[in-house]
Amino acid sequence: MAKVIIDENTCKGCELCTTACPKHIISLAKDNINLKGYHPASVTDPDKCIGCAACAIMCPDCAITVER
Amino acid sequence: MSERVLMKGNEALAEAAIRAGCRHFFGYPITPQTELAAYMSKVMPKIGGTYLQAESEIAAVNMVLGAASAGVRAMTSSSSPGISLKTEGISYMAGSDLPAVIINVQRGGPGLGGIQPSQADYWQATKAPGHGDLHVLVFAPSSVQEMVDLVGHAFDKADEYRMPAMILADGMLGQMMEPVAIGEGSGGSNVEKPWAANGHKGGRKHNIVNSLYLQAADLERLVKERFERYAVIEEKEAMSESYMTEDAEYIVVAYGASARVAKAAVREARSQGIKAGLIRPITLWPFPKKAIKDAAENAKAFLCVEMSMGQMIDDVKLAIECSRPVEFFGRTGGIIPTPAEVLENIKKLAGGDK
Amino acid sequence: MAIVFQKPKALTDVPTHYCPGCTHGIIHRLVAECLDELGIEGKTVGVAPVGCAVMAYNYFGCDMIQAPHGRAPAIATGVKRSLPDNVVFTYQGDGDLAAIGTAETVHSATRGENITVIFVNNAIYGMTGGQMAPTSLPNQVTQTTPYGRDVKTAGYPVRVCEMLSTLDGTAYAERVSVDCVKNVMKAKKAIKKAFETQIAGKGFSIVEVVSACPTNWGLSPVEALDWLRANMLPYYPLGVYKDKTEEEAE
Repeated sequence: MAKVIIDENTCKGCELCTTACPKHIISLAKDNINLKGYHPASVTDPDKCIGCAACAIMCPDCAITVER
Repeated sequence: MSERVLMKGNEALAEAAIRAGCRHFFGYPITPQTELAAYMSKVMPKIGGTYLQAESEIAAVNMVLGAASAGVRAMTSSSSPGISLKTEGISYMAGSDLPAVIINVQRGGPGLGGIQPSQADYWQATKAPGHGDLHVLVFAPSSVQEMVDLVGHAFDKADEYRMPAMILADGMLGQMMEPVAIGEGSGGSNVEKPWAANGHKGGRKHNIVNSLYLQAADLERLVKERFERYAVIEEKEAMSESYMTEDAEYIVVAYGASARVAKAAVREARSQGIKAGLIRPITLWPFPKKAIKDAAENAKAFLCVEMSMGQMIDDVKLAIECSRPVEFFGRTGGIIPTPAEVLENIKKLAGGDK
Repeated sequence: MAIVFQKPKALTDVPTHYCPGCTHGIIHRLVAECLDELGIEGKTVGVAPVGCAVMAYNYFGCDMIQAPHGRAPAIATGVKRSLPDNVVFTYQGDGDLAAIGTAETVHSATRGENITVIFVNNAIYGMTGGQMAPTSLPNQVTQTTPYGRDVKTAGYPVRVCEMLSTLDGTAYAERVSVDCVKNVMKAKKAIKKAFETQIAGKGFSIVEVVSACPTNWGLSPVEALDWLRANMLPYYPLGVYKDKTEEEAE
């Protein structure tokens, strides 16, 4: 099992994590805006996460913590 | 070693810096200052110090900025055109509250100018050694002995007030030899530097040496705080020599090499019955306003003698609030005025009386 | 479950001012990860440039100095000569290092100055709003090359790693990129090796990191990385251009 924790208010909605994820389970939350006014990234299907941390590696803001 | 040795000005400056605990010198060749750097290149390697000939005066002053940020005593030296290149670094050091010593062995300007002595960088040193609201301490020696004494003093005051200090010498002082007693020197700073960027070793918050403040209110506050320190310096640190001024009616104001010439002229004038005197600023910033103002009490007129087209003269007028006439005599381009020329001008000044 | 990836300790908690998708953020993280893994944050002094990364002094946890534009290598020299046992690095952009700071860069390299330079090449002046940089590509449109960079009048982009690799003082020079996970991991290895080169006292080390500037390239962050791959990497081939540590090892 693996878990991705995205710090919603650190995220700048740049989407680099969304294209890095091999399982394509991250996308910007269209229905949510963070304190900075961005749509933060969010994991749409946590069960499919393999904990590879590709998203965190491509995140320019260290907004993502990965557990496995 | 306080017995007297015959030493060239430039080399005495270097030795004095070493005695003051400076172990990091970053230089660049330029006449008439180069012997200072050459001396450092001989001595520093033998005492575990750093002598580095940088690729430019710009790089050299920034190496000093780095060393000063690390908390050590560091120095660079150059001559007029090289000092122009260093003004950016000087402004950053002032804006980052960094202590360092910069030596200008002045030569004729502007541009490549000449290599003979000059005092035409007075305005640059005292008014705009770099961009922004700032001052640097400016010391003007007029003998090799005084060069030695002022280097140690400059390092101490730079550390005390956390700011750059400049020795404003000239080609004559740098190139001439005089007997000098150098003495032990302080051997280093006794000022703690908790702000230094030398690695927090897990023991403190990280230090940031910086001059960037994008918030205008922050920048204004910091500049104002600095100017409060400058006010204390102006109050406490001004230095000058008064020679035969007690009853003087005609006062010559001159510093550095031109003060030596003026002193001879004043003595000659006295022997011819003219009540002349000399005030010799030793600190150019802070300018010795009080000494000049006091002398204006019973002086009739002032004569400003400089190796330039006249720059310090403005400060003399301001010091006495133009309450007396202030005449000017100067040679520039590298020509040193003669005592006879100065005497002639003293007589002209006193002409009204005779 | 255990944490397998988190923010490195050597980065402070100050949120960065970088634009969304600006890969400065990734490069900051890689440097900080190396400081953590080598356990050197406490004895490291970093020198920040003038440019987008000027406020790096707020982001790295080690002691920092903010340098005049282009002068970081000279400042790092002053620090290293004063504190030879400390680790000293500069973090510079292309304008800082390859335009105004060229002399400082070339001479700290040719002196074999024992410092590490992290050189972020994004082919543009970001902080000032997208002007041509010394690494802007031929025909690249910028605020000051509105008709595309014309090499006849604005000259050719500088390949820094190749240039510095010709200098004997350069001990390690590698160009990397942060456009994809694989390259980010290789970039990390290169940055760590650069620090190790310094710690081993081998001389000047530089890692040139090809980086993106979505805002001033006028692209989305994802498109910017595509543009980087299609345009920057052909002109700036990745790879090791100097490695004295290998030469001596043989």
